[in-house]
Amino acid sequence: MRKAVIHELTELARTDERLVLLTGDLGFMVIEEFAETHPTRFINMGVAEANMLGVAAGLALEGYRPYCYSIATFASLRPFEQLRNGAHLHQLQVRVIAVGGGFGYGTAGITHHAVEDVALMRTLPHMRVIVPADDRDAASAVRVLHDAKGPTYFRFAKDSRVLDALPGTFDETRLQVVGDGDVLLLALGTIADEAVRAQKLLAARGVHVRLAIATCLAPAPVDHLVELLREARSVVTLEDHVLPGGLGSLVAEVIAERALGCRLQRLGIEETHSPTLGSEAFLRRRAGIDAETVAARLAALVASQYLRAS
Amino acid sequence: MDPNDFARQLRLLILEVSKRAGVGHIASSLSIVDIMAVLFALYLDNAEGEQPRTRFVLSKGHAALALYGALHLCGRLTRDDLNQYCADGSALGVHPEHTVVGIDVSTGSLGQGLSLSAGSALAAQIERAPRRTYCLLSDAELDEGSVWEAIMFAGHRRLGQLTAIVDLNGQQALGKTSEVLDLGSAAEVAAKMTSFGWSSVVVDGHDIAALAAALAPSDGDAPRMIIARTVAGHGVSFMEGQVAWHYLPLSDQQYYLALRELAAMA
Repeated sequence: MRKAVIHELTELARTDERLVLLTGDLGFMVIEEFAETHPTRFINMGVAEANMLGVAAGLALEGYRPYCYSIATFASLRPFEQLRNGAHLHQLQVRVIAVGGGFGYGTAGITHHAVEDVALMRTLPHMRVIVPADDRDAASAVRVLHDAKGPTYFRFAKDSRVLDALPGTFDETRLQVVGDGDVLLLALGTIADEAVRAQKLLAARGVHVRLAIATCLAPAPVDHLVELLREARSVVTLEDHVLPGGLGSLVAEVIAERALGCRLQRLGIEETHSPTLGSEAFLRRRAGIDAETVAARLAALVASQYLRAS
Repeated sequence: MDPNDFARQLRLLILEVSKRAGVGHIASSLSIVDIMAVLFALYLDNAEGEQPRTRFVLSKGHAALALYGALHLCGRLTRDDLNQYCADGSALGVHPEHTVVGIDVSTGSLGQGLSLSAGSALAAQIERAPRRTYCLLSDAELDEGSVWEAIMFAGHRRLGQLTAIVDLNGQQALGKTSEVLDLGSAAEVAAKMTSFGWSSVVVDGHDIAALAAALAPSDGDAPRMIIARTVAGHGVSFMEGQVAWHYLPLSDQQYYLALRELAAMA
């Protein structure tokens, strides 16, 4: 997804001279397209994320549109206060390009697992929190939101990903809905690949699932969410993120505050201090948020739904 | 306005406004009066409603009293505005907010203003605009690691339109900086800055003429760091150099004593 985003920024920068790309010394074999095309507007800030977000606020104060690139943990957790007191407090057009949301940097270790960032960003009332589902969606989101007022936090998957089942175009106000069925699966954009696969696995077994991918966490697409939840008896949320503060939390808040009748199960990361490491796929499996585990959970849920009803 | 006159009036305003509100941070504000007077009387000449020709970031936001007073003397804040300082529903708090006319940046969390100032100066460099950015830091603020990230960055990028001033009064909330985290002498601080690619000079932070010379726009390509040797609580004898006055408000007796001393200053 990184390359698709950098390509989109390279194109956007051709027509918008205010666009500048800052990096915290990351993006090897990814960021070169922009750096070579727009050398004067590409700035390697060094390994100094706090300063990067502060400088970005200063640039934006003067009318520039800075995009700040780093691995999601370093782009969110470390400079959070600079983001809060800079771009967010002053409502400046700073964009955070947080790469490798979830277990995207699996083997790199726990320091590189960005699993609390959405919760953190959701605490800022005027922060847009965007989690695209695939490469096309990512490019679309960057393009659509380029002129949006205030700051935006983009949480991107690390590797390239195209999900043909999804529309590939970003819409801030709606979730991306695929299919219909006995149960609603709501998945965070960065783990849409597992959700799409779970839906296919279940279809092969005769279990039909309505899938909705959440790509805009804030401002929350509440109207559409309520519409989907009203039509569902059971909803399962899936996220490559800890349970507090993420998608499942958001859905729980909406269900509770709107007094909706549907039953909620949240699937997410419950243990962040894993004793062993591995690929993104391995870590998702171990956390129980991979397609197979999700499919099994959903199949059991659908069965119990009918058994209880009879 | 003549900067000496500006400074004299600003000192009195700081006492008056803080006394009315019963709020401290007086010593930190008195410490920067002469710096503020030179900046606001001579160099921060933004016209209202126009694209700013200069930016000013009070990175040591806890001296906002001095900023409010300066804005009043420049006609940006009214006497009524000042009278609302720290009142319920007021726009003027202990630390400054950008929603106030004439204030570019909200500060109060130390260690963040220089990065933002560097971003402003970087923008000027990219667009080849003549705009200059001034950033006023406290010496204790140099304890923050992020300041050194910004120092390293500005030096590396040759942000010549950036001028930072360190209010080197040797005091912080709980003690002398030499005892809390020793920065070294003024000359040593200046040497540190020079080693990061800044041009740096030590001045008497209460010498208006020296400050005026040091803060005048220059055409060099290195960012400039003015190490201003100052006295916390400058002008009020019982406050000068006393750590307790970082926070304390004034009693009635202290208020009149302090007013008498400040009024007697040249």
